[in-house]
Amino acid sequence: MGKAVFLISHFLYILFHYRLTTSLLTRSMDSTQTFQVFNRGPSPAARLVFFAVLSLLLMFVDARFRYLESTRSALSVLVSPLQRLATMPLMLMQQAGDFFVTQNSLLTDKTALQRQHGIDSVQLVQQQALLQENMQLRNLIALQQRGQYTGQFAEIVYTERDVFRRKVLINKGSVAGVQAGQVVMDDKGIVGQITRIFPWLSEVTLITEKDHAVPVQVLRNGLRSVTFGAGDTSQLSLRYMPVSTDIQNGDILVTSGIDGIYPPGIPVAKVEKIERDAAYPFARIACLPVGGVDKYRQLLVLSASPKLPERPEPEPAPLRGQLKKSGGY
Amino acid sequence: MPFLNHTQPEILRPVSTMFIVTSIVTALLLNGLPWGGLWLTLRPDFVAVVLLYWCTHKPLRIGVGLSWAIGILADVGDASLFGQHALAYTLLAFGGVVLSRRIRMFDLREQTTQVLVILFSTYAVYALVQWQVNGQIVWTYFLGCLTSTLLWVPMSSLFQSMRQMRVDRE
Repeated sequence: MGKAVFLISHFLYILFHYRLTTSLLTRSMDSTQTFQVFNRGPSPAARLVFFAVLSLLLMFVDARFRYLESTRSALSVLVSPLQRLATMPLMLMQQAGDFFVTQNSLLTDKTALQRQHGIDSVQLVQQQALLQENMQLRNLIALQQRGQYTGQFAEIVYTERDVFRRKVLINKGSVAGVQAGQVVMDDKGIVGQITRIFPWLSEVTLITEKDHAVPVQVLRNGLRSVTFGAGDTSQLSLRYMPVSTDIQNGDILVTSGIDGIYPPGIPVAKVEKIERDAAYPFARIACLPVGGVDKYRQLLVLSASPKLPERPEPEPAPLRGQLKKSGGY
Repeated sequence: MPFLNHTQPEILRPVSTMFIVTSIVTALLLNGLPWGGLWLTLRPDFVAVVLLYWCTHKPLRIGVGLSWAIGILADVGDASLFGQHALAYTLLAFGGVVLSRRIRMFDLREQTTQVLVILFSTYAVYALVQWQVNGQIVWTYFLGCLTSTLLWVPMSSLFQSMRQMRVDRE
């Protein structure tokens, strides 16, 4: 009996002592806190919350800011040997497979490749012949229709910031042999004309610039006209066409080549809307450009067109001078 | 099946740290094997199963914090978002630690259902994060949770027998 009492009192003493020391150590011991004999740190729930919040924070930082790449590379020093070890068996197997190639498979591969090479070379020769023929035909057609024009590729470097001016700057200038007046097109049609030259840049006035004129022909019936840029929209218009004129929706307008600046036969615009109002003498015809006037980045600068013979003066030289001259003889 | 029933108390030697570390490194290695296609979908998450085993059997040694750290390593290995595996493994460890006494009372067959719930929540957290980042949930991903659960029985019995072997050798 006495032994039991001693044991209990001893146990209580230890308990009290433990509580005293822990309270001294932690200082702010809550009276509501449950007593723990073995101190195991924070509870699993507290740890869960702490580490879950930490993970969420890390994910947020990693996804948004990418600050953690250096940490990642540092930690990968630990992980990468493991990964290399994991991929090693497969690599070894592949390497072994590469090494033990039989002569038979090599021979079959070789014969198959030789056969394929024979077939391919025959086809290549045929294709070269076709290519030659095609080029010749193309040349013939081009000679007949368009004359010789070569182009050089250019890229748009800047576009005009002003909405009312339809101009772009391209990356070929006088150093590359660009001259003012050359025509700029893309693979679909006319885009504009070079108006100013800098050493490494040149300015292209787009055909939609206000009052920029392009002499055109209707592809369907050869009707001649001139398109003008509308300026504030990416549209073109045909002016001074009589109400009765033979133009339909969807007509393609190509350059006529009459002025000697634009090479003939290049698509310019497509007729979009025709308003025939009898109150006005002229029809209102709106067209949309065929080329990607405000779309693409790569353009083609056509070489200057061949010089036309000088246009005769609108009024003949004063007759009297000539007469005097002739009278002198 | 006798091996499914090991509720009777066994005398197991204290687990050496080396054993735990080796098992986790092996699990990381198995996860890192070049799985592909269907095998990748069916691949059990070895690390999760091993961590769960240690969290339930040695909750005082392997807990939430260590699981988080291993999750970070898994993130580095997987090149996933930093903290994605860590968050999932944190939850897994919490489930394992809290339910450790209950799970150890059951036999292996009953343990499997408990483990399925914990693993499913782990996979769900991972998929949820993936959904937040990529905007889509790959439902076949949850097949891995089933195979991981199937892995529980062989892996537990393997670990138990290995721990017993250490006793027999004495």
